[in-house]
Amino acid sequence: MARITAGVATSHVPAIGAAIDNQKTGTDYWRPLFAGYEASKRWMAAHTPDVVILVYNDHASAFSLDIVPTFAIGCADHYAPADEGWGPRPVPMVEGHPELAAHVTQSVIEQDFDLTIVNRMDVDHGLTVPLSLLFGQPKAWPVKVIPLAVNVLLYPPPSGRRCFELGKAIRRAVESFDEDLSVQIWGTGGMSHQLQGARAGLINARWDNAFLDRLVEDPEGLSRVPHLEYLREAGSEGIELVMWLIMRGALHDRVAVRHRFYHVPASNTAVGHLVLENAP
Amino acid sequence: MKKPYAEIPGTTVFDLDQARKGYHLNQFCMSLMKAENRERFKADEAAYLEEWPMTPEQRLGVITRDYNRLISVGGNIFFLAKLFSTDGKSVQQAVSGMTGMTQEQYAHMMSNGGRSPLAG
Repeated sequence: MARITAGVATSHVPAIGAAIDNQKTGTDYWRPLFAGYEASKRWMAAHTPDVVILVYNDHASAFSLDIVPTFAIGCADHYAPADEGWGPRPVPMVEGHPELAAHVTQSVIEQDFDLTIVNRMDVDHGLTVPLSLLFGQPKAWPVKVIPLAVNVLLYPPPSGRRCFELGKAIRRAVESFDEDLSVQIWGTGGMSHQLQGARAGLINARWDNAFLDRLVEDPEGLSRVPHLEYLREAGSEGIELVMWLIMRGALHDRVAVRHRFYHVPASNTAVGHLVLENAP
Repeated sequence: MKKPYAEIPGTTVFDLDQARKGYHLNQFCMSLMKAENRERFKADEAAYLEEWPMTPEQRLGVITRDYNRLISVGGNIFFLAKLFSTDGKSVQQAVSGMTGMTQEQYAHMMSNGGRSPLAG
């Protein structure tokens, strides 16, 4: 039987990818950020799963305004890094797991979540920066990846509640897959940031840290926070944080925190990071 | 429709009404993901823009790289990112220009914890 063994949350700021790709991780600006992932990289090396279900948002790379799916799951056998306007990131091709993806898709749709099925797409920094943060710069990624793209760009995104419930449906789906696979689920994006208007540069460390606390201890209550609060307190792009609730919904009610990290800034953004395991 | 999020100061939420206004503007930006389109655009911006049924204000916003104007006429930052990437500018360079601060002042604010939510 397949099982979800751990959850990871991390921001996916494009400048982090650029720092890695351009060998700038040791500069005074970036060193404190990458230091915050060192323990997680060691943990990950000892707990590398077979598959990662990677919840992220596409940033107008695979999806233009022609088609905007709320939840889109990748069922392909591979995904190429996207050209976001400055050429694709020099990172390995992302290998999929089409069999598990098909099973999860069928199971989740039968649990009343109407996923959009994607058989071909490129993946942008939203997906590849988290892989780089946790795995560094290998020749090939050590895991297969099932991308789950969530619309958080065109308002309204799905509610926190819906995301949390989708996570629960994904857990049931994974646990009903016959093959013995170790699966992690990652939730990415956030934390507080705003990339437009007079309020650009907004950071709300107090709100972010309360979000980290509640994601661990009170995800049920956190899932009822309305969009308006995210927009007002965490900025117009901070609403990406609803994606973390999908990850959390796929874990047990009680979790153990293996790592927690918070850092300001990465470019315009507050960076948050959690590694969670189901509590024994 | 009631839009309580429209009252957040200094913030334009990219909702379906904004997306409808900005459809061609954002799709133009999307076209800059292809290297050959970036080259054609850089060679003659006005001619390239003629290929897109955008409003005069949207065209002016592109030509002058006035990102606050482009947001107000339906642009979304992740689509506009294709435009400032074509110019070789980072997100922080483009975003700082919307705040009335110099890039240096903005970077300094970010390194000191960012803009306080209480400052509005």
